[in-house]
Amino acid sequence: MTRSPTSRRAVLAGLLASAGLPRIAGAAEIAPTGARRIASLGGAVTETLYRLGAADRIVAVDTTSLFPAEAMREKPNVGYLRALSAEGLLSTRPDIVVAAEGAGPPDVLALVREAGVPISLIKEPPTPEGVLDKITTIGRIVGLEDQAAGLAKEIGARFAKLGGTRAGIKSPAKALVILSLANGRIMVGGRNSSADGILTLAGLQNAASEIEGFKPMSDEAIVAAAPDAVVMMRNGPEAPGRDAVFAPGTVLGRTPAAQKGRLVAMDGLYLLGFGPRTPDAARELMRAVYPDLAHD
Amino acid sequence: MTESGTGRSQRLVPAQASTLFVLLGLAALALGAALLSIGVGAIPISPLRVIAVLTGGADDPGLARDALVIQGIRLPRTLLGLLVGAALAVSGALMQGLFRNPLADPALVGVSAGAGLAAACVIVLGDAALAAFAVAGPLPFWVLPIGAFLGSLGAILGLYLIATRSGRTSVATMLLAGIALAAFGGAMTGLLVFASDDRQLRDLTFWTLGSLGGASWTKLAAIAPAILPVLVAVPFLGRGLNALVLGEAEAFHLGVPVERLKRAIILLVAVSVGASVAAAGIIGFVGLVVPHMLRLVIGSEHRRLLPACAFLGGTLLVLADVAARLVVRPAELPIGIVTALIGSPVFLWLLLGRSRSFDA
Repeated sequence: MTRSPTSRRAVLAGLLASAGLPRIAGAAEIAPTGARRIASLGGAVTETLYRLGAADRIVAVDTTSLFPAEAMREKPNVGYLRALSAEGLLSTRPDIVVAAEGAGPPDVLALVREAGVPISLIKEPPTPEGVLDKITTIGRIVGLEDQAAGLAKEIGARFAKLGGTRAGIKSPAKALVILSLANGRIMVGGRNSSADGILTLAGLQNAASEIEGFKPMSDEAIVAAAPDAVVMMRNGPEAPGRDAVFAPGTVLGRTPAAQKGRLVAMDGLYLLGFGPRTPDAARELMRAVYPDLAHD
Repeated sequence: MTESGTGRSQRLVPAQASTLFVLLGLAALALGAALLSIGVGAIPISPLRVIAVLTGGADDPGLARDALVIQGIRLPRTLLGLLVGAALAVSGALMQGLFRNPLADPALVGVSAGAGLAAACVIVLGDAALAAFAVAGPLPFWVLPIGAFLGSLGAILGLYLIATRSGRTSVATMLLAGIALAAFGGAMTGLLVFASDDRQLRDLTFWTLGSLGGASWTKLAAIAPAILPVLVAVPFLGRGLNALVLGEAEAFHLGVPVERLKRAIILLVAVSVGASVAAAGIIGFVGLVVPHMLRLVIGSEHRRLLPACAFLGGTLLVLADVAARLVVRPAELPIGIVTALIGSPVFLWLLLGRSRSFDA
């Protein structure tokens, strides 16, 4: 939704008029350029705003804004991106809300728009173009076009360099991205997911390409997929242990990845966030799986 | 109902206390909760300014932002809480009276299962449907509530048809079929959960926990016509339900039009709970526990129980919403968590205090 329904706004405007108060309706159309106070919702959005040097203008973040760590420490947290509260968000007095496209629920966004705070939803396709587009779009919204152009150029160059290294891969390895290992159910990243996007960037084939999105994968399918590497999320400082993940007798212990001992553990937002750090994440993943490849 | 006989003699509020007195007290409680809900929130607004906005006398442009928050966000939200809470509690009491079963609540007659399944369909299959019809952008926000409303209505009408043979509706069949339908709906929802992606799963989870967030005058105007009938009907249902406690045949001989009463109650509950679920998601607990709390305190005479449920249900939901908004501000807790957190200890405490009367 890019516009709040006019009927709803009309009701509110009528109400305000009846209370003898000035009309506020229509304020959502004001040009957001130069907005001082920014509510930044979404991991990659917050990361990008910090990189653009807008940290001191951010007045609110959400629970997915995990990087840089000071974002969550220093800014009020308005909760989970997809379960926002209208008054909570407004209480941080933002001039504009910059949010990842999944932000919601939609009726709460409509209320915030009615209160005269414009909301810009940022698309998040898991591709290099998507990252660069995200940077320039956010830069334009908050009036930092020059910084955004510089950052996009820098990140674009890193993607290009990554592509050069990727061209040197002779036989691509197959990797399995595991989101969680809870209760013996192995949740993996299939095609059309951010996991698939980062594997492509790192010159890897997705061992779970039979699966759409993030889904549990059966033990037999994992054995049949025979991944050469396993990529997992690292939550906090604790990295999943190689011996535990590849324990003999477990399904992952029967994969080629176990024989080669190839377990890569990376921070979830770093690996799957598709923000300014994505070229670095892809290179780190590439280096871990192709140690013999000529890097730089 | 087992406690109906014993409760009458040992309730905390003596029978002599007039019904009017009890209801006025509960109405005052609801009003207090509503004022609290309008007065507090993530945005600090002083009580004086709240009064200035509510009385509408202020032309001060400095009040514009406060007015927007109070009139655009808090007021519709408070009214939605009162309406939904009242509808859920009254529906619960009606179901318990109709089924003569203390465990009956709106969820039991498939309403929640039907609404939940429809919501899961909208959330999980909505994107695919949009792609199929080549419509750009996310689903319009009203698709989910309308889907949930139709789902709950469909479920209860299906049950009604199953349980009705040659003009007579068997409440026992309806109760059992409701359990079967709820299980089936749960399984279908499970299938959809399996097919969903991470985002859809989270949407579904949050929807299931309920929220009054996103309340607006439009939303209120849309659900009020569906909820008000059950509240308006309350004074006319009490006598029939009192007779029904004795048994269907006995009630019939007392001159209660039993089949018509059943049909009316089922329809009123289906429409009001369907609208509540559509507006606020699934909020458990209110429909089950508010009537029981009141039975323990004021007895189970339906003519005063039903209106009392309307007031206390609204009060509880509005207070739960205040807590949901304040505890983790500027974020917000799902309200279903808060209603259960506040309500269950109170209910257990009431039960423990009255345990001797249940043994009798």
